[in-house]
Amino acid sequence: MSMFWSIWVIVITLIVLLGSVWLLFATRKITVVDAKSADGDNEDNNGGNNSDNDQSLADKSKSEPQLLTTGHNYDGIEEYDNPLPRWWFNLFLITAIFGFVYLILYPGFGSYPGLLKWTSVNEWQQDIDKAELQTAEIFSQYRDKPLEEVAQIPEAMKTAQRLFNNNCSVCHGSDGRGSYGFPNLADNDWLYGGRPAAIESSIRHGRQGVMPGWGQVVGEGGVGHLTDYLFSLSEREHNAESAASGKQAFATYCAACHGADAKGNVALGAPNLTDSIWLYGGSPLLVMQSIRDGRNGNMPAQQGLIKDDKIHLLAAYVYRLSKLQQ
Amino acid sequence: MVSRRAKEDKASADDTIRVLDLYQTRDKIVVRKLDGFFQRLKRYTGLPMLAAFLILPWLQFDGRQIVWFDLPARKFYVFNITFWPQDFMLLAWALIISAFALFTVTVMVGRVWCGFSCPQTVWTWLFMGAENIWEGDRNARIKLDKAPLSWNKLWRKSMKQASWVLIALVTGLTFVGYFNPIRDLVPSFFTLSAHPAALFWTLFFTVMTYMNAAYLREQVCLYMCPYARFQSVMFDADTLIVSYDQERGEPRGTRKKGTDYRSEGKGDCVDCSLCVQVCPTGIDIRDGLQYECISCGLCIDACDAVMEKMNYQPKLIQFTAGNKRVHKKEHFLRPRLLAYLVALLVMIGLFAQTIYSRMPLELDVIRDRNVLYRQVENGLVENTYTLRINNMDNHAHHYRISTRSQLDFDYRGQREVKVDKGEVLTLVVRLAIDPGLLKLPSEEVIFEIESIDTAGLTESQKSRFIGPRLF
Repeated sequence: MSMFWSIWVIVITLIVLLGSVWLLFATRKITVVDAKSADGDNEDNNGGNNSDNDQSLADKSKSEPQLLTTGHNYDGIEEYDNPLPRWWFNLFLITAIFGFVYLILYPGFGSYPGLLKWTSVNEWQQDIDKAELQTAEIFSQYRDKPLEEVAQIPEAMKTAQRLFNNNCSVCHGSDGRGSYGFPNLADNDWLYGGRPAAIESSIRHGRQGVMPGWGQVVGEGGVGHLTDYLFSLSEREHNAESAASGKQAFATYCAACHGADAKGNVALGAPNLTDSIWLYGGSPLLVMQSIRDGRNGNMPAQQGLIKDDKIHLLAAYVYRLSKLQQ
Repeated sequence: MVSRRAKEDKASADDTIRVLDLYQTRDKIVVRKLDGFFQRLKRYTGLPMLAAFLILPWLQFDGRQIVWFDLPARKFYVFNITFWPQDFMLLAWALIISAFALFTVTVMVGRVWCGFSCPQTVWTWLFMGAENIWEGDRNARIKLDKAPLSWNKLWRKSMKQASWVLIALVTGLTFVGYFNPIRDLVPSFFTLSAHPAALFWTLFFTVMTYMNAAYLREQVCLYMCPYARFQSVMFDADTLIVSYDQERGEPRGTRKKGTDYRSEGKGDCVDCSLCVQVCPTGIDIRDGLQYECISCGLCIDACDAVMEKMNYQPKLIQFTAGNKRVHKKEHFLRPRLLAYLVALLVMIGLFAQTIYSRMPLELDVIRDRNVLYRQVENGLVENTYTLRINNMDNHAHHYRISTRSQLDFDYRGQREVKVDKGEVLTLVVRLAIDPGLLKLPSEEVIFEIESIDTAGLTESQKSRFIGPRLF
């Protein structure tokens, strides 16, 4: 907030506050001018509503005069004097004083931060810290247990399922079965290995799967030959002649990562190409596209986003997902 | 400012000028205690409710407090039922029905709620009772207030204050005891080891009770309570109100017992002002119906006692309809009242039915939205659903999950689950189908859960199955 706007806010706030207090006092009392009634036979000359009990009113009016109207008369409609209780007036005053004290303690006067230095961000942070302190035990109790063991504890898995739904299911699905481009975590096929340590590392540090495009190198014909070769490995329908020339190209360009037997390499995250699992689709055209243009997979590192104890639980959950399949 | 001066200028010598304070200090109302029918009626309607309020939180049921609003856990135990935040609609209806019942009673017999059952009244009378015990009756109290400070005055006032604080503290503790188990609250309050929030609210309600019942009293009814202000909408000429028979009573005046007052031109009212002295809101009922009147009927008691003493007919002041006072025919059972009663009964019936048939079970079906559908083995397509099964009952249940649809989906996932009491179980299941069978790209499917151990405990929820458009 610039100095101008700060002063602007302060001035308007003060005008409203002080104005309210002034208004309160200014309207506290009114002066009424009573014209003496023409005939003068009635002691209280304020209204004609007391014909029924003149007697008692006259008795009372000896000690206190009857002031029944405020003297306001609009088209014959008179305003009766029905005073509010004094505590009502005092409540107004207390409200105004509260307002001043509040504006001194808390931010409100322009850019003045208030004596208490309160900010919503601080309060949020305090709440978060408090919540984490309270829930830390829930997660830390599994910290030193191996994943295989944690995966057997139903309570832990219920907690982990909620963590998974909040953090992982957006890409991997709430059942962990993935979708196009996002690996299925519930089968037993692992790009980077399915050992507990490998799973935990994948979550904590993330993974970058890079498959370069080979279309420029092998040409469109080469892409077709390679596809036929891959289909021959997974025993799908293929052109044997084309597959044979594909085998040559595979040994030259692909074996470095995917291995001579095309069974992949968990160190590089190169997938096994001999099974029926295709991360980017297994139809001929989609496989050709993968070879031609390459693929880029990115699992973001969760370290720093999710606390370590929670990552440990998540890893156990993912480990269990794959074991459930067997 | 300008207008005021202008007025003063215009004022002639004959005019009187007065300054009017638009705020007034409260005149202390010193209420006289009298015995009578309505006084007893008030005692027998107010006391049971007061007793229920005080005793209820001490009762136990099923290992917990019988009525316990557990705010941190968002569970609200009322007798054998546990309400969840999802049931808040019921609370809204309960309040609507209560308000409607209040309106019905108001149409019928005016503000008897105010005079007999309202906590403001009940607590005010409790505090007045303490006043009466320590400081004596109305005259003694007025005398004591005027008397200079003495030991007598000091100890009487102190004992009164002590009783007030005690009543207020019991009230505060009991009220908070509905939210924080009272068996923990009371000992921990006196050892100051209660949760700071519980301590704060106990003291808050203690102070508020003290202020309300000791000092604000009728001010709450006159200036704060909206009911007093809108009651006139519900009144009609057949509503029973506390009213004074002017024809019989006027002209009022003092007289000796047994004299022929009628020949002196006087009415039945002996102008003893007892009806004013007993009025908790300090009004004179002889001025007619006023918004201050809380229909407590104490002026009727006072007047009837005097009438009896004078050997006059009773009921100079009585509960009666406005129509009777102007010699018109009364219609107690009038269409307006009948309509109110019928509507009230229907609402209560439906509410009871809802509570009775309420399923302590909730099912949420959340279809995965990150991918419309997933192609799996053999050309099937698959959708993923997250089921949230909320067992709101007081014990664990086993449930069987099934789906209902025009199509024959292959259900993949757990069929039977056990859900603990109060647990929300999250379960992920999948449905698969040959996409060729889909008539539309989006088909309705209904998930059903049914308790295996308890007959009739079932819940269902609609969802959609989304597949490719193949035609």
